[in-house]
Amino acid sequence: MNSRALTHLALVASLLLFALVAGAAEVVRFGYLELNEDPRYDERKAFFRTLSRPLGAPFAGAEVALRESRFVGQAIGVSFDLVRARGADAPALLAELEKLHAEGVRHFLIDAPGKVVAELASATRGRELLLFNVSAPDDALRQAQCQAHLYHTIPNHGMQADALAQFLVAKKWRNVLLLQGPRDEDKLVGAAFENSARRFGLKIVDRKDFVLSNDPRQRELGNVGLLTAGGDYDVVFVADSDGEFARSVPYDTVRPRPVVGAEGLVAEAWHWAWPRHGAPQLTSRFEKQARRHMGSADWAAWVAVKAVVEAVVRTGNAPFDKLVAYLGGEEITIDGFKGNRLYFRDWDRQLRQPLLIATHNAVIERAPLQGFLHQTNNMDTLGFDRRDSRCKP
Amino acid sequence: MTRPTTPIRCLAAVLSLGLFAGAALAKDTGYLFVSSENDNAVTVLDGKSFQVVKAIATGERPRDMKLSADRSQVFVIASNSERVDVIDIAKLEVVRSIDVGEDPEMFDFAKDGSRIYVSNEEDAEVSVIDVVANKVLAKIEVGEEPEGVLVGKDGSRLYVTSEVANMVHVIDTASNAILANVVVGNRPRRFADTPDGSEVWVTNELGASVTVLDAKANVVKETVTFAPKGFRSDDVTPVGITMTRDGKTAYVTLGRANHVAVVDVATRKVRDYVLVGNRAWGATLSRDESMLVVVNGLSDDISLVDTKTNKVLRSVPVGRVPHTAVIDD
Repeated sequence: MNSRALTHLALVASLLLFALVAGAAEVVRFGYLELNEDPRYDERKAFFRTLSRPLGAPFAGAEVALRESRFVGQAIGVSFDLVRARGADAPALLAELEKLHAEGVRHFLIDAPGKVVAELASATRGRELLLFNVSAPDDALRQAQCQAHLYHTIPNHGMQADALAQFLVAKKWRNVLLLQGPRDEDKLVGAAFENSARRFGLKIVDRKDFVLSNDPRQRELGNVGLLTAGGDYDVVFVADSDGEFARSVPYDTVRPRPVVGAEGLVAEAWHWAWPRHGAPQLTSRFEKQARRHMGSADWAAWVAVKAVVEAVVRTGNAPFDKLVAYLGGEEITIDGFKGNRLYFRDWDRQLRQPLLIATHNAVIERAPLQGFLHQTNNMDTLGFDRRDSRCKP
Repeated sequence: MTRPTTPIRCLAAVLSLGLFAGAALAKDTGYLFVSSENDNAVTVLDGKSFQVVKAIATGERPRDMKLSADRSQVFVIASNSERVDVIDIAKLEVVRSIDVGEDPEMFDFAKDGSRIYVSNEEDAEVSVIDVVANKVLAKIEVGEEPEGVLVGKDGSRLYVTSEVANMVHVIDTASNAILANVVVGNRPRRFADTPDGSEVWVTNELGASVTVLDAKANVVKETVTFAPKGFRSDDVTPVGITMTRDGKTAYVTLGRANHVAVVDVATRKVRDYVLVGNRAWGATLSRDESMLVVVNGLSDDISLVDTKTNKVLRSVPVGRVPHTAVIDD
């Protein structure tokens, strides 16, 4: 048994001991649902560490949050627990969810692509449970596919695109060349950026489709030099959810122009290089747990647990309805280690939050950027504002 | 554990350091010491002209600072070097260092000066350290990211905030046992206590407030909230706090809101908001309490506030990312 396992055992033992001393301590359990094989965490793709791909499955984020909750749990006589369950597809995950729900689990972290999240959410409508989407950035989950019990801690494509658009506007890099990949996900990213360009007054001077190919018959689509020749632009935005093409774009453009989107500069929920607001301590706790850097989905899993713990603590572990009202309400203070008090948007249950605009090893800016103001909360300049919402669960 | 007798311990400490003569000459220099996180130095300013006298090289990332009981030395935490550097005021240099464990941030002295209590942010521990023997006497496990540390007025209680668990740990200094965990506001940071020790005030960085604890019952007594004009509540982030010796006035720095709140302790009313520099954190009163020094972390300067008029007299540039000020006046 390694030392970490020993610490865990000791922790569990001390919690048990506490539970015995305190008598009937209540237990709040979290379910963590993930796919047996999730292509997003494919190690063969992750090895090249492109900025647009996660560094690993975010379960460790939830583990760190659980560990952080032990003291405050003791203070109110509640212990927290985390159960991990896997399945091959949405129906299999639903079966796991039902099993856990029957055992009393009410809070589920869903680590799955958007399609699976949508299926799970639609199949569990009206039930006494909450789903937290920790890794699917699809805009549709916040719009047409939204559900009253589906909360999102990972930012959506629109928030990421808005954050980058604000940055480009602030830099006066207004003319953008958009390179878009062939996958459905690439199109979602491209469409989100086109929305942001309209919202913040950027001009997309040209949009070109790319393919990942060395085929000479397709060289107009596969060669970065050819793709970036032609009319002038200030910056290149690459919509590439896979990242393998994007990683070869910086320094290979015909014109000396910066690259943003999937490489070069990205807008993320978290970045290990963020130095403020207690972030280095969180990053370091995560690295001890997972033995790798912390990324956006890791943060999203972490903050989902933290949000529920906060609601349990402040309501004295109130019954489900009351707890949910507090969790999704205006009063809650969710501390995301990004400087602002975070809380969920009541129109689509997206967690409003600052985004970190970052390179591989530095955070350049924090969005919303200074000067982008909103009548109630500046964080609502990122993503779907109330008036943009088509969420009618 | 028997408590060490104060005079003998202190004398031993001073003698063992061989600083007796120097220390005696260095009283009341008027110097203002400011730690600068990104310079690995403590900037020394003249107390009248506020010109830089010297930048004292310290360990990496100097943060919290305090004067020793005899006011001959300044103790400064060097977070990234995992130690406390002891600055001799007569020599204006670091004369020795004390190892204090991983990522220390804030500390306080035991009332007899023989020990310091240091929050170790990364380890979720408070280290109890014998300053003479340079030895860790105990480690107390607390909630994640402990920050503010305060030894209560009678020395029997140690208060520590956990930024992550949102609570104050109340610890018995005789046994190092946690007596109570009190849930306060979000991201609790630092402390001040009333002269009679009956109330402990703690700043909540998220939530624009200070929680007032009843130090006898270890429960929350009241919450004071801050609303300087022109700022949304979410941009008011209280961190630093200090209280006058008569216990009538508390000064609370409001971080991102770039103001200091002047609070009437008895009525909990905010008497005034004073505009200072960028991300105001540290707050230190001069000995006669006529001047408040506010440390502005993101504008690399300090604001000197006249406490009679609550007006800023001047702002003085210091090192990069200043953290704490102490005054030897």
